[in-house]
Parts: sequence; C-alpha cells; structure tokens
Amino acid sequence: MLFLEIIRVALGSLRSNPMRSGLTMLGVIIGVAAVITMVALGTGAQSAVEERIQSLGSDLLTVRGGFTMSFGPARSRSQTLTTDDATAILEGTTSVTAVVPEYEGNAQIEMGNNNLNTEVLGTWANWAEVNNWELEAGRFFNQVEAEGRRRVAVLGYEVAEQLIPTNVDPVGANVRIRGISFEVLGVLAAKGAGFGPTSQDEIVVIPLSTAQWRVFGNDRLSSMTVRMADESMMNMAMAEIEVILRRQHRLRPDQDNDFFIASQSQFMDLMAESSQTFTLLLAGIASVSLIVGGIGIMNIMLVSVTERTREIGIRKAIGATRGSIQQQFLIEAIVLSCVGGGLGVALAVFASNAMSEQLGWTMVIPTDAVILSFGFAALIGVVFGFYPAMRASRLDPIESLRFE
Amino acid sequence: MQTGNETGQSGSELVRPEGIIPYSSRLSVAPANDTIIQARGLEKFYQMARLQVRALDGVDLDVGRNEFVAIMGPSGSGKSTLMNLLGCLDTPTGGTYSLNGIEVSGLYDDELAAVRNREIGFVFQTFNLLARATSLHNVELPLVYSGVGARKRHQKAMAALDKVGLGDRADHRPNELSGGERQRVAVARALVNDPAIVLADEPTGNLDSKTSYEIMQLFVDLHANGQTIILVTHEDDIAAYSHRVVRVLDGKIVSDKRQVPLTATAAV
Repeated sequence: MLFLEIIRVALGSLRSNPMRSGLTMLGVIIGVAAVITMVALGTGAQSAVEERIQSLGSDLLTVRGGFTMSFGPARSRSQTLTTDDATAILEGTTSVTAVVPEYEGNAQIEMGNNNLNTEVLGTWANWAEVNNWELEAGRFFNQVEAEGRRRVAVLGYEVAEQLIPTNVDPVGANVRIRGISFEVLGVLAAKGAGFGPTSQDEIVVIPLSTAQWRVFGNDRLSSMTVRMADESMMNMAMAEIEVILRRQHRLRPDQDNDFFIASQSQFMDLMAESSQTFTLLLAGIASVSLIVGGIGIMNIMLVSVTERTREIGIRKAIGATRGSIQQQFLIEAIVLSCVGGGLGVALAVFASNAMSEQLGWTMVIPTDAVILSFGFAALIGVVFGFYPAMRASRLDPIESLRFE
Repeated sequence: MQTGNETGQSGSELVRPEGIIPYSSRLSVAPANDTIIQARGLEKFYQMARLQVRALDGVDLDVGRNEFVAIMGPSGSGKSTLMNLLGCLDTPTGGTYSLNGIEVSGLYDDELAAVRNREIGFVFQTFNLLARATSLHNVELPLVYSGVGARKRHQKAMAALDKVGLGDRADHRPNELSGGERQRVAVARALVNDPAIVLADEPTGNLDSKTSYEIMQLFVDLHANGQTIILVTHEDDIAAYSHRVVRVLDGKIVSDKRQVPLTATAAV
C-alpha cells in the first residue's frame, strides 16, 4: 500500500470523528505544552542568573554565616557574623577596600490601607555604591543616618509601586515597618526579574543599626559583601578574611570554619545549578502527563480497532496484508500524537508569552526542548499505537466480515 | 485464528513445495491452463471443546475457465466454509487447492492476501463497501493494495464503474446509493483487478426481486464476456442463471450437474 494513501486514510478517519480525535490529542497537547513551559521557566531562571553574574562586579566576595554543630539532634544554622567582624575585616586587611554588612529579614510594611510582606535589608550607607544600585528618586541614607539608628528607608521599585498611591510622592512619605514609622528617603531604580518569580525590586533598605536594634532585635548579620582592591587579589582577600574571622570567632585550630566565603559569581553558579536541577524535576513531572496522554491514545485506538472490525475485514478480503493494516493504524496513532505535539508546542509558546507578559517571569524556550518533546510525543504515538495496530492486523478476515 | 503454519504441519501434502518464494515470482511461472480451480480432498475441521466438527469433509472440485457455477446447500451444509476456502480467506485443514495455477493450500497470511487481491473478486450479500469512501475510492481500493499508481488507479476504477453502469455515481458515498447501486459498486470493485474468479456470496440476498434480476443480468453479461463466476446461494431461481449447480450437504458434494441456464428473456 502506498504510503501517501495510508496517510490519507488515517487523516480521513481522524477527521470523521473530530470530537474524539480532539479529546484524544488533548493528553498529548497538555503533556508537550507542560514539558516545554516548565523547561522554558527553568531556562529563563537560569538565564536571569547568568545575566546577574555578568552584571555583578567580579571584584566582590560574599561572606555568609555557616552551620555550626550543636549537641543533640538539632543542627541549626546560626548567624555567626557580627558588625564587629565587618569592622575587623575592613581594618585588618590590605586587599579589601569596602565591607557591606547585611541583615535580611521579612517584615510587614504598611502605608495607609496598603500593606505587603517583603524583604527588609539592614545595611551600611555604602551598600548602593558597592552593589551598583542606581536610584530612581530621592537619595540613599548617609553614614550619619546609618550610625544614628534613624528611621529612614529606601524602597525597592516594586515596593514603591505597590505601596505608595500614585498621587503621593514617595520621597518624604511615611511608611510603617512592623508598626514603626519610617521616612522614605528614596526609591531604587528597577533591576527586573531575579530568580523565577522573585523580583530584586521587592526590597526595603534601612540602616543596619535600625534593623538590628529597632526592627528585628538581633545583633547578628546574615552576610557581608566585600569589595577587593583588584580582582587578582581574590585568593589573598579570601585568606585574609578567613584568618581574621577565625580569630574574631575564637576558633581553635581543630574547629571548622563557622562561615564561608565565596565570590558572588560562585554563589550565582550554585543557584544556576540548583535551578537546573529544578528544571529537570519539573520537566520530569510534566513528561509523566505526556505518557498518560499516550495511554489515552492507545485506549482510543483499541476502541477504534473494535469499531472498525468490519472495515478491516473488507480491506483484508480485497488484499490488504497484515503489514498494510498495521501501518494504517500505526500511522493513525502517530498522526494523533504528532498533531497533538504540534498543538502542544503552539500552546507552550502562547503560555510562555502570557506568563512573561502577565507575571514578568523570564521565559526562554530552548529549541532542543521543543524538538525533544515533539519527538517524544511522536515516539509515544509509535509505542502506544503499536499494540492496537497489531491487534487490527491479526484479525481474522472471515470473523471480521461477519462482525456487526 | 487460522494461520498458514498450522496447515503446514497437518499433512505431508501441505508442505510448501517451493519454500518461501514471493507470490509475484510464482505468478510468472503459472501454467496457462483451462482449469482455474482444482481442489482435491479439501477438508476443514473445527475443534469445539471435545467435539470435532467436520465442516468440509473431502471435497474434490474442478472449475474451468469461463464457467458460471452455483454452489448451493442449506445453512450448516459447509457451503460457506467451502466459499471461504475457495476465496482464500481461510486455509484448509487437509487437501490441496490450486487457484489459477497457484498452489494456495500452503501459503501464509500475506501471500493469501496477495492471491485474494489479484485472483479473486468478492461480492458479498451485505455489499461490504467502506461507508466513508466514495464509489470511486471503494473501487480503487484493491488497486491501492496492489500498488497501482494514482492515475492508472483512477482510470481502471472509472472503467470498472462504467462497466456496471455507474460511471455517473463515482463521487457518491454508499449511503447516497440504492441497494442495487451499492451491489453494482461492489461488483465493479470485484472486477477492477481483472481477477481469475468472481466469488459472489448470496449477492442478491439483500435485494428486492427486480434489483436481484438486474444484478443477475450483470453477472450473465460478465460471464458472456469471459469471466469465471462462482455464485453461492440457497435460492433455486438465482442458481438457475448458472450453467452448473454444485450441491453441498454435510461437508460433502452430493450432486454436480450442468444445466441450460435461464436466459435473460425467459426470466422476464
């Protein structure tokens, strides 16, 4: 039987039952769309991380408080860094030109009837300069305000947008953080998407001393950003910081560090890696739905074979071989899964565009994910179409012709 | 399910004489012979639980070129089994069957399909047309399976439809045709591959007497043009159109008589 003829027959029989064909394809459509969208989400997150790595100064190091063992079953992450450590690093090293201590916490922030829960960052006055943040409006707080535990705040772009009514000038406005009144000094320029759904612009920056003493009641630090005089001093800076912190924390030679130091790009690499794992996980879950779609195809093809027993009998009586009957039904299944796969790709493109427009997430659809998931859909057509096609080809012509 | 393998094991006569040689190459060595059908000791047994049913119990039958044979018998006589074997839809349990010089009894499934495709034209009681396809496509179908190209297919199918007087109904679907017209399409389909025999199984069973007459007249015309026809029926007035009546009872041929056929004019 000529190949084109088989495809024509397959399309004809699918067209003759459009409702059923559509519902059968739905499983594959959703499966393919889910796989591609998930991969697009993950790849988007990864590319956002990579973009950030490039925008970061390569002369920055991050120091974080590490894990410390405590007796008993509990193993807690403790905040081991203090403001004194920051001062000690700045004074005790030659390779370091700036230290920016940071305390991160979440707090409820209100203005009038508006309120939202967002990240509050306590830091020094040099934070914006070291991290290359521009200001949209107003100014950053200065050293006097920072050391004087003043209740002043700089809002991230997104926070200002959501919290401050449009007819109010954010600069000079009063907001309440955990019920404490703060004066808004400025608004940070927008930096855009961070990792997946989190935006870098959802942040409120206040002086470190205010955060520690007035808001969170904690004298520890979450992390420190350290700027070196020159990129080439990376190893030297890391060694110097380690010596100073071990001395500050009075660690004996046999004790492990209770902090760790990495360049910012190393941290980003780590995040990129974890987002990749996440992508694979999501794609794996989505491909399960693709397989379920394949089972749907098999189910419908089996029904179709039974329904068309008589047709098979006629075709066999006038000279169809087993092979040509098998091909006919196999190609029908493949057409189902390929058309479903194509529609799934279209749906994925549509969904990704909608998500990046409506939610502002970075979505990148990689070509190989499209090819791979489409190929997988076609393969599913072959695998799950094979058994029904074989059943059809083995039908006895005499019995089939008698079938009502 | 019946397969070629089972019959191959059941008797020494059934060993495939030429091994697995493609059907097409065998066709070229087929001798020119005036005997189209030659069946010897044809048997078909069914095993039902502990009971063995002898549906066909040693049938010898010769049919020459351009014969018009009616096979008759009451239901359960084995006439359908005989027709299935003659039509290569089934393989015999024992005996040999050669069709147009091809030894069929030892062939495998796909080889039987090829024989059906080229040597046999079926006409069924219930027409058995593909409901979704037009008349033309239905008639083209055997040619599709023998691998004829689209243009040639179209030509031959149109010619066959013209032969049965339905050239103007080529793009109608079966549900747009009357019963008689449907059966004519089925006859056109049977003829399109120039088969050695046309095998008609109760072709008038679903038709009124006037249409039955028209269809029988079509068979008479085909026969007059040299077509070999085997007609399975249980109606005497339908068998009357044939030149020879073979009666089957309990799996055996009980009578085989030549007769003067009813002419078209006498039937009116």
